[in-house]
Amino acid sequence: MDHEKEARLVRSTGEGRTGRRSRHLLGGALALGVAALLLAACGGGDGTSNGPNATSEPALSGTVQVDGSSTVFPISEAVAEEFQREARSVRVTVGVSGTGGGMKRFCAGETDISDASRPIKQSEAADCAANGIEFIELPVAYDGLSVVVHPDNDWAQCLTVAELNLLWGPEAEGNVTNWNQVRAAFPDAGVALYGPGTDSGTFDYFTEVVNGDGGASRADFHASEDDNILVTGVAGDKNALGYFGLAYLEENRGLVKGVAIDGGSGCVAPTVETVENGTYAPLSRPLFIYVNKDSMAKPQVEAFVDFYLENAATLATDVGYVRFPASFYDAIKARWEAAETGSLFSGATGSVAEILGIG
Amino acid sequence: MSAAATVGREGAIAARKRRRARRRVLEAPVYAFLMACAGLSIVTTVGIVLILFEETFHFFEEVNIIDFLTGTRWTPLFQSKSFGVLPLLNATFLIAFGAMLVAIPLGVLAAIYLSEYAPPLVRSSVKPVLEVLAGIPTVVYGYFALLFISPELLRPFGQGTAFSAASASIAMGIMILPLVASMSEDAMRAVPRSLREGAYGLGANRFEVATRVVFPGALSGIVAAIILGASRAVGETMIVTVAAGNQPNLSWNPLEAMQAMTAYIVQVSLGDTPRGTIEHSTIFAIGAVLFVSTLLLNIFAQWLLAKFREVYE
Repeated sequence: MDHEKEARLVRSTGEGRTGRRSRHLLGGALALGVAALLLAACGGGDGTSNGPNATSEPALSGTVQVDGSSTVFPISEAVAEEFQREARSVRVTVGVSGTGGGMKRFCAGETDISDASRPIKQSEAADCAANGIEFIELPVAYDGLSVVVHPDNDWAQCLTVAELNLLWGPEAEGNVTNWNQVRAAFPDAGVALYGPGTDSGTFDYFTEVVNGDGGASRADFHASEDDNILVTGVAGDKNALGYFGLAYLEENRGLVKGVAIDGGSGCVAPTVETVENGTYAPLSRPLFIYVNKDSMAKPQVEAFVDFYLENAATLATDVGYVRFPASFYDAIKARWEAAETGSLFSGATGSVAEILGIG
Repeated sequence: MSAAATVGREGAIAARKRRRARRRVLEAPVYAFLMACAGLSIVTTVGIVLILFEETFHFFEEVNIIDFLTGTRWTPLFQSKSFGVLPLLNATFLIAFGAMLVAIPLGVLAAIYLSEYAPPLVRSSVKPVLEVLAGIPTVVYGYFALLFISPELLRPFGQGTAFSAASASIAMGIMILPLVASMSEDAMRAVPRSLREGAYGLGANRFEVATRVVFPGALSGIVAAIILGASRAVGETMIVTVAAGNQPNLSWNPLEAMQAMTAYIVQVSLGDTPRGTIEHSTIFAIGAVLFVSTLLLNIFAQWLLAKFREVYE
């Protein structure tokens, strides 16, 4: 090793002879770089506050911690962006740990708000209670859980729930690997599957509806809590099939193609209209945020949730989800004002209207 | 000597003795402080290893080590759990092997050029550019693989998927290239000029000198560079996480997507598995496998270097 050290030493002293000139160049480059950074930082700070229905309270400061579902993430992120334009001193951070991951953090008291693409489970509610955390459950929008394929896929236009079960059930692992096993008319090509991971509420909901048991799924597919990775995967493979929230389909209509689902009454494609009028079944579902009751004491959190409920309709539609009718939002706001804790949706069946009690 | 001069001289001697005593007294604390600094790094390493192996021990209380090392199904997060590490191990080493296939020829040939052929002006401009390659963050390499290598380089050859071991291998090879080139070039420069001049004197041309004199003389250093590059490839995280895929897949086909050990650790850590569960311990078990693999590779490199090092007078 000494020879190499010697060689390195020789090299470094050799370069020292032209040191002064390179020092000047280095100094100049550094100065330019710092100046550019400063300019960029100054330039990017101001935007016009033309957010909808703003509640501007200049005295607000502090942080709001949001984490959980990647499906609800686009809505929460849009709300956070608009909110921070109004209340400049508040920092809202939105994480993407998945519904399950977000719930674990929420019940440990680490976050103020948990995004969820399914109702809270009994076990999670028990966890929260054990840690003395009370939550307020607020549905915010509809999602149509979309099954997607590559745009060049011209054979899988419509799939039944039974076919999805065949493809995604636990028994399919290692056995169902070809498109023509799903339906004989399909081509003889290996199917590449992309789906959310086990921490994701979308995973829980899909397996519940399609396989009959939340969490029961084949294990040999590309799993990721980050839906953008799923979009990349499906968009890059002609034989791919994946599933995620409607917002990601709406945003990437050129890269992936939605598959119509036959839930028993004909093939219905996943679009904003079909989710809104209830015909896209059984994969329509409400999206939630859960707020820690103790966090209500923080004025910035209260203001953020007020803003959220005020603007959920517009912003959810903006990002590609489906708004509730206005009457729903009134009922939900009433729950928030009254700070009613506990979950109505956990384990319940029926439509959102029925569960909320507005029929 | 006058009385005043004697007193002055004795004062000077006493002052010298005091100064010497002060320096002796300072010697011990400085020594202790420097030893503590060095000891801190050892203590940190030992601490990390202890934590790693303690959690791994808990993992092996629940999972049979033979099933772990020989099983071919890795599904610790799903309902039907299976803990065979082979798919992850295979993916890591397949991708590292592919990376070395890219890095070794390009790196060694670049080193030969820089050490034997390049005029000093070219060498002084090419070497810094190589160092820049080494400085690019690995997550950038990962996205380079996903967004450029996969669609532009692999698609024309019939590659079907966006994620694949091949695209991760190519990006990783480019990342390791500067390491291999730099260390190989150091090894070649360490071969004494006298050997080269002797060969030239006997009538060899530049190519013969490079391949028959310099290269064999520097071989142990080059092999060490290769193995260190391989151990870097085994431990690389961001490139495989972004570009190689998230599906444990035991396959020799590099065009398929597969999940490497480091990518699995990232996937579990990004979620929120509670401490104390078996899923949490899998992180440490995989970490221990990584640690042992890299350690063995490094020990092998050191042994090779020591055994075959050419000692020149």
